[in-house]
Amino acid sequence: MLNITWFILWGLLWAVYFMLDGFDLGLGALMPLYAKNDTEKRMIFNAMGPFWDGNEVWLITAGGVTFAAFPKTYAVMFSTLYTPLLMILFALILRGVAFEFRSKIENPGWRKIWDWCLIVGSFFPALLFGVAFANIFKGIPFDVQGMFHGNLFTLLNPYGLAGGLFFLFFFFMHGALWASVKTTGMPAERAKNAASKLWIIVLILAVIFLIYSKFATSLYNNYMAHPIMFIIPLIAVIALIMVRIFISKSDWWKAWFASCVTIVAVTYFGLGGIFPNLYPSSLDPAASLNIYNSASTQGTLKIMFVVVLLCIPFVIAYQTWHYITLRHPVNEDIIHDDEAY
Amino acid sequence: MDVLTLSRLQFAVATYFHFLFVPLTLGLSLLVAIMETMYVKTGDEEYKRITKFWGKLFLINFAIGIVTGITLEFQFGTNWSRYSVFMGDIFGSLLAIEATLAFFMESTFIAVWVFGWERLSKKMHAAAIWIVFIGSNISAFWILTANAWMQHPVGYSLNNGRAELASFLDVITNPYAFLKFFHQLPAAYTVGGFFVMGISAWHILRKSNVDFFKKSFRLAAAFTFIFAVVVVITGHLSGEEVAKYQPAKLAAMESLWNTEKPAGMSLLVIPDPANERNSVELLKIPKLLSLISHFSTTAEVKGLKAFPKDERPPVTPVFFAFRIMVGIGFLMILLAFFAWRWQDKIENYPKFMKILIWAIPLPYLAIELGWTVAEVGRQPWIVYGLMKTSHAVSTAINTPQVATSLIAFTLVYTLLGIADFYLLFTFARKGPKEN
Ligand code: HDD
Ligand code: HEM
Ligand code: HEM
Repeated sequence: MLNITWFILWGLLWAVYFMLDGFDLGLGALMPLYAKNDTEKRMIFNAMGPFWDGNEVWLITAGGVTFAAFPKTYAVMFSTLYTPLLMILFALILRGVAFEFRSKIENPGWRKIWDWCLIVGSFFPALLFGVAFANIFKGIPFDVQGMFHGNLFTLLNPYGLAGGLFFLFFFFMHGALWASVKTTGMPAERAKNAASKLWIIVLILAVIFLIYSKFATSLYNNYMAHPIMFIIPLIAVIALIMVRIFISKSDWWKAWFASCVTIVAVTYFGLGGIFPNLYPSSLDPAASLNIYNSASTQGTLKIMFVVVLLCIPFVIAYQTWHYITLRHPVNEDIIHDDEAY
Repeated sequence: MDVLTLSRLQFAVATYFHFLFVPLTLGLSLLVAIMETMYVKTGDEEYKRITKFWGKLFLINFAIGIVTGITLEFQFGTNWSRYSVFMGDIFGSLLAIEATLAFFMESTFIAVWVFGWERLSKKMHAAAIWIVFIGSNISAFWILTANAWMQHPVGYSLNNGRAELASFLDVITNPYAFLKFFHQLPAAYTVGGFFVMGISAWHILRKSNVDFFKKSFRLAAAFTFIFAVVVVITGHLSGEEVAKYQPAKLAAMESLWNTEKPAGMSLLVIPDPANERNSVELLKIPKLLSLISHFSTTAEVKGLKAFPKDERPPVTPVFFAFRIMVGIGFLMILLAFFAWRWQDKIENYPKFMKILIWAIPLPYLAIELGWTVAEVGRQPWIVYGLMKTSHAVSTAINTPQVATSLIAFTLVYTLLGIADFYLLFTFARKGPKEN
């Protein structure tokens, strides 16, 4: 029971990470599309500025909880995905620093460097998380010893790329919705425009991904066995449609919320399909790591459960307060503000 | 080079670099919190300017601390997967607790602090920086507890080929962790203190914003002196702890080859590991080592030769790192003492102020050397007495992969370091904004 609870929590951390950092990554990668001059760029930076770090900590926690609850999964997953993970890492490093450094110096060359760090540093994690998770759904070629039989290009297979593009465009849309609520003037106009176009691409990619999953993975087996679980993809589909409805009503906050719900449901859809595995092997089912054979002791799971139960509600409470306190849209005056990025 | 050597180098590069920024975060957050509290209490706008000026430097430094931390957390899985499997049950939970308890707090409230000047009451705003300070210290507590477990494992049992948690209470009340915490944090506070004093001295010497910087100086002087004293006291206590639990490390710290009872200590030593002796050994004070490591004039201290060759740490780096750290420790007390005594008329001591500018790097150096003592001195063990570093490295990765990432880390970190110090210099020299 405890192991299953941990699976659900583990999924929750990833889902919240994608839901929150998703908009930063998607907005950062498309920044030049919405911002044409320095003032507009600073508006975009400041639309994400107060949030990106708090969002990224969900990733750190997802990693930490994998380590704590399922150490063997952590060990095998991180070492077999060495190259893509380090690429994500470098990207996140450059992106994070870009926020703090970019506007400190009034030199176009300096600012251009950090603009590129933001763009590249947002683009690659968005894409690579999709590639990595699609491959996990499909199974990774590693053996009982945890040896990896493949390389970066093994992961860039068509299904992996389909997952990557789906994530990427989803985050693009999510980011466009964020820019719609958090900026004003031209950047907001451009983002609103983009959001409705991106929605169509996301829909197409979602359909492709869902159908492709039928052939490339065994994700649907769990769903066939327990049809009640179809409620998860159903929520995802309904929420995605709601996004479109809210967009056409220009109800941007609600559209963004609906997009959040979709991301959470999509994450659980994939994880529900691999349950009880956490990190399936495509070579040898006996090598697959699941919530039992890779778990920590019951004692550790219990202690960690208490810690999480006590802490996470607080985290959610103060992060919500933080979002509400700083929800105001940024406008052009931002550049006169001493603290602004 | 093999995966093991490269992974060790990569770990060293990543941690040394992370720890160039962490101490200032820990130290300056406390000072900035004190500054803002002064503002709230007195309502003096000068304190608000002081808070904002040092706060800006704090943030430039903070950014790199954050982004380099993730590297470290990933690395246990990417490069040390066998280690992670072996002790994930204990070590993983400490890291996860650190993230849920501390990182969320730090990252959320720092943003509230930066962007909330106009949106929060004065008190709430000051509370935000205090929460950041508390968060970063909680984070230090958990990571140091994790590290202390590798130095002195407690509360575990060996089952199923791994270390399993037997008593969580034992793990978090490890006396080794306790000492690490009370040596490390004051050390970090002195980094903040010397930083503020040095930059203030620079401005006072140039007669720019003299009142402003004298005020800053006064806030830092007594603070630095107190913590410099604490560092040396807890450092000494750490030494006693090392003598008890890691005798091979102690022998390397003192470059003591033969077991002595009682053991003396020479002031001037140059180790010669190839011949298992010291090529220079002068000014020997009898019984001193027994006295400081075991608080007894008759205690035996084991020499390096008492340990098999493959269980001895590298002597030369550990020995010199330790000596220099201790030297800096006493020097810092001296400097901080005079800074505190002369704080009200510091402008009358231009030579001393010049020294203080050059003293900014001293605590940084001591801190990095301290980690060298603790970590290199623990070798060849990754978990003392339980697992060797050579058995900890991942099997799924190969040399080209790690070589590439090591080069990438070195390059990216060098560039980031340069950019960060450039920004710090620029903003430190620019001084506060005019009203
Ligand atoms: C004694 C203190 C100390 C030590 C030994 C370490 N760190 Fe650290 N770390 C901090 C003190 C700290 C901090 C002061 O709390 C930081 C600096 C900036 C910040 O936000 O928190 C931080 C940041 C930080 C972050 C980013 C948090 C964020 O995004 O907000 C991570 C993931 C880690 N660290 C992980 C590690 C790991 C895995 C370490 C061990 C190898 C490590 N740190 C050593
Ligand atoms: C932040 C300050 C730290 C510094 C500067 C530091 C430095 C180092 C160095 C130089 C090594 C290499 C020793 C050698 O191989 O000879 C090392 C090893 C190691 N340290 Fe630390 N360390 C720090 C903190 C920590 C903490 C807090 C942990 C754990 C929680 C940790 C875990 C390890 C591990 C797992 C190794 C093994 C890898 C290796 O031997 O290279 N370190 N560290
Ligand atoms: C007389 C002065 C000092 C003594 C006797 C002393 C003693 C020690 C000892 C014995 C250790 C090793 C602990 C271990 O291996 O677990 C250590 C580690 C360390 N020292 Fe010092 N130290 C002194 C001054 C300083 C100063 C001035 C600083 C920095 C400002 C500093 C920073 C550190 C750090 C960061 C570590 C590594 C973390 C740890 O293991 O606690 N020390 N010190």
